[in-house]
Amino acid sequence: MLDASRFGLPVLTTVLAVITLYMTFFYAAREKVMGDVQRIFYFHAPAGLICFLAFFVTFVASIAYLVTRKKKWDIIGQASTEIGLVLTSIVLVTGPIWARPVWGTYWTWEARLTTTMILWLIYMGYMLVRRYTDDPDQQARFAAVIGVIGFLDVPIVYWSVSWWRGHHPLVLKVSGGEGLEPTMRATFMMGILTYLALYACLMSMRVPLGRAEEDLRWLRQRASEKTSRKVGS
Amino acid sequence: MNARAPAVSIESGAVPVGALRALRREAAKALLVCRKDLAIEWRSLDNVPAMFFFSLLLLVIFNFGFDFANADFRTLGPAVLWVAFSFSGVLTFGHAFAIERDGDCISGLMLAPLDAGTVYLGKLLANSISILIVEATLLPLSAVLFDYDLAAVAAPLALVVLVHTIGFAANGTLFGAMAARTRRGDVLLPILLFSVSVPLMISAVKTTAAALTGESILAGSSGAWLMMASIFDVVFITAAYLTFEFVIEE
Repeated sequence: MLDASRFGLPVLTTVLAVITLYMTFFYAAREKVMGDVQRIFYFHAPAGLICFLAFFVTFVASIAYLVTRKKKWDIIGQASTEIGLVLTSIVLVTGPIWARPVWGTYWTWEARLTTTMILWLIYMGYMLVRRYTDDPDQQARFAAVIGVIGFLDVPIVYWSVSWWRGHHPLVLKVSGGEGLEPTMRATFMMGILTYLALYACLMSMRVPLGRAEEDLRWLRQRASEKTSRKVGS
Repeated sequence: MNARAPAVSIESGAVPVGALRALRREAAKALLVCRKDLAIEWRSLDNVPAMFFFSLLLLVIFNFGFDFANADFRTLGPAVLWVAFSFSGVLTFGHAFAIERDGDCISGLMLAPLDAGTVYLGKLLANSISILIVEATLLPLSAVLFDYDLAAVAAPLALVVLVHTIGFAANGTLFGAMAARTRRGDVLLPILLFSVSVPLMISAVKTTAAALTGESILAGSSGAWLMMASIFDVVFITAAYLTFEFVIEE
């Protein structure tokens, strides 16, 4: 049976992605200095914004888990971290592709780049701890503690690295740049919307999967208890 | 004695005596945990000497890499010192909970009438003191090996080392407890600790360089770095104090 609610988000994400791609290549004005290379910005910057959202969701879910001990918060935290890591990886790959022709180098140890890389490492640590902890409750507790500590660290990392060095382009008005040309702005906004839909879409798939994993684990445990009881008697 | 803190009228603006007394009691308990760990270390000498030899060895290896006979120690030295301090620190954090595993001491510690946060503070203090002892022996030795005037920069250097060691131990104590209960704790601990401690390491190297060159560490950019490191200390000691119970819980 086709379930409309299960297809809503994937279809929406696909449609938005096609629109954003069209806008990126045909609608948005060509940047004067950087030329077409700049168009990767519509792919890069929204991913950066939404990865912060994802880790923020992990932070909130971690606190909620530690307070309530409800498994669902752990599943949400884990799902959001995984998606956040994918988005951070997109940021880390697209950034250097843009930087090479514009800055003349793939990588500089600049504040946002460095912060993003450290963010990626911290949440990889989160995934590793989950992997290397056997007891499921302990796994959830450890992960939640890292979800809290890691997120608290992000502003301090950013602060410290920008003191240490800095030269990332400030394109948004809020951060002191000159602001975007209207067609670029519209494309950028569409990019954010697309990534937001993608995040929601992946969450709507990953969270039920997490629940199914949890159910399976419970069933396995019951089955093994039953067998051991039979063997015992 | 009344175990509960007596109600204190807030309007009078008086210092809440009960709260102060409770605080002092908690501090005394944390000191007990710290004394226990230091006593174990003093009798077994399992950790501090090994840490010292390891960090000395790191200095020797870095010396071959950078050749300080030709380079000024004050430019590369701060980074070398902090690599040595932090690498040997990692050993301490792993060890602090390994000693609790022997004879299932951790269960005893958890059965004791202590808050998890109090155990954390005691362990943090013991870990910090262990690392500070190694640093206090390694620094004079580095002055001899790399020929700089330690006496002239001792006071600012001591402050820098103290502030950054405490922050490093704040996270190290928490992650050490976590790593002790995972399968690959030996590798998880440095991954977690070093990624979270990046701001502290930047600040440590910058302010140590300032201290070694004889600049004032309280003014200008060094002052700002020290401020940041102190904020880091407070934020993570608080966060770890509050979350420690979830880490040591069975």
